[in-house]
Amino acid sequence: MKNKIIHKAKGLSDRAVAWIFITPTLLLLLAINIYPLIYAISMSFTNFYANKLGREIKWVGLKNYAKILGKEAIWERMQITASFMFWTLLLQAIIGLSLALLLNKKFKGNELLTTLIVLPMMLSPAVVGVFWTYLYNPQVGLFNYIVNFFYDFGSFDMIGSSTLAPWAIVIVDTWMWTPFTMLICLAGLRSIPNYLYEAAEVDRANRLQQFIYITLPSVLPFLLLALLFRGIENFKMFDMVVELTSGGPGSATELASIQLKREAFEKWKTGYSSAYAVILFVTIFGFGNVYVKVMNKIKDR
Amino acid sequence: MVDTSRSPTESSGFSRKLAALIIIIYAVVTLIPITWIILTGFKSVTSSITYPPEVFFEPSLEGYVNLFTTRTRQSQEYLEALPPPETWYEELVRSREMVIAGPSKFFGRYANSLIIGFGATFLSVFLGALAAYAFSRFKIPLKDDLMFFILSTRMFPPIAVAVPIFIMYRKIGLGDTHLGMIILYTVVNLSLAVWLLKGFMDEIPREYEEAAMIDGYTRMGAFFKIVLPQATTGIAATAIFCMIFSWNEYAFAVLLTQFNAQTAPPFIPTIIGEGGQDWSAIGAGTTLFLIPVMIFTVVLRKHLLRGITFGAVRK
Repeated sequence: MKNKIIHKAKGLSDRAVAWIFITPTLLLLLAINIYPLIYAISMSFTNFYANKLGREIKWVGLKNYAKILGKEAIWERMQITASFMFWTLLLQAIIGLSLALLLNKKFKGNELLTTLIVLPMMLSPAVVGVFWTYLYNPQVGLFNYIVNFFYDFGSFDMIGSSTLAPWAIVIVDTWMWTPFTMLICLAGLRSIPNYLYEAAEVDRANRLQQFIYITLPSVLPFLLLALLFRGIENFKMFDMVVELTSGGPGSATELASIQLKREAFEKWKTGYSSAYAVILFVTIFGFGNVYVKVMNKIKDR
Repeated sequence: MVDTSRSPTESSGFSRKLAALIIIIYAVVTLIPITWIILTGFKSVTSSITYPPEVFFEPSLEGYVNLFTTRTRQSQEYLEALPPPETWYEELVRSREMVIAGPSKFFGRYANSLIIGFGATFLSVFLGALAAYAFSRFKIPLKDDLMFFILSTRMFPPIAVAVPIFIMYRKIGLGDTHLGMIILYTVVNLSLAVWLLKGFMDEIPREYEEAAMIDGYTRMGAFFKIVLPQATTGIAATAIFCMIFSWNEYAFAVLLTQFNAQTAPPFIPTIIGEGGQDWSAIGAGTTLFLIPVMIFTVVLRKHLLRGITFGAVRK
């Protein structure tokens, strides 16, 4: 009855409206996202140089892939990337979850503090990178001053030393993105229904038991989700690190994504760098897939 | 006796106070760098490079003047031969033995950021709302696959597609233009916008627009007059995320724009004075650049948490 009336309503049919609403989005995604991606994949089999447009493009098959995977360099960069990801994700998980648990205690001024803590996340990573070079400056930097205030290490250079530089980028990334983990964990904590705790109280479970058997399992899927997003972003990330250390000293902080940028936009080896990008994409896609499967299993338990 | 009257998520007074204390300490520590950025913007160039770092200093607008101008150093005789300075900023620059050569590019870059940031945010929220509504209400073939396809576009590394986009844009005349960058950022944001907004649209009861259509609205009319106003929270939350991204984006901006459409993020790190980076000017530029997102965040902070909740719950 109701449906009939709607069908009689004037204007376009629902079908037409549906397509009018969806088509712009799909067309844009196809043109600006899918087409370039296919283009990049097809270039990865050629010796194309984007700065030599007149030059004949030759099909080289899998040569680019063989060249990249055969070199030590990519494995070194992958190791640097892996350790960067390991430490940032670990620290952001621990600090972010702890902060969320504390904020969930609903004290006065809670909301204002949440807003303040979230601020670093709003900054531009590139601007953050350049500004931290100032804070890390061995002569005038505030960071060095504060560290030396608590314990006198003398002069040290976070960016110039190849042992400290990897930690310099870990610190900045953790400073900037811990709020993200915190927010998602907080969302998870707030979605735990109260009756679970009430039931536990009836069963005389103590606080610690409630935490281990209710809070942790409920928040874990959210934490894992936050880490998935951070992992994908950090694997692709290069803006903050480029501005902070530009991969140096030497190649101490040259993440795979930074090397990719060098090959693509400094050496202009477009074919070669496209193959590199495909390798990185397949890597993150593979890891992401496995991670999501594990995550779903944990969620189902 | 177990105290069952106490709600379990409410903790005792002491542990709540302890939690508050730890959070306050964290907030103070984490805000030091941002505070320092803002303070440095009000330092003179000399005071920005003293050691130990000065917490109390004589405020100066040198950073802001340097941010908006380009200057050349002149000899003492040349400066004395000039007519007296007409403005306070000319006087400030002269006192450093320099003259203003012209305006810097900062204003233009900032304007570009505003145009591209707001343009892309508006467009991605608008298109995202249309698509989200269709996905939420209508039978669409392969709906789940299409939704996943839309999400998966988020995983592509920007550098992988930058070269093809660069070539394609140059061919169709979108290279280094505002429109080109707005379209690009819109596309990057669309996946998130569609996913977030679909969650919010699903929550709006269909009865609202059905009632409106019985009253004589068309489907389109009902969408614009009834559904969109109902989805305000979702639109605000989505807008924040799109805004943060397009305002701060660096990779595409640095690779695809040079003169016309370059935004502020690639520009700010390149501000250099004599003998290295001009930290006062960088501090000033960063502060000005931070203001719009800060206002955005503070005004819409309630929606932010709700937006994240939805994004997290919907997957």
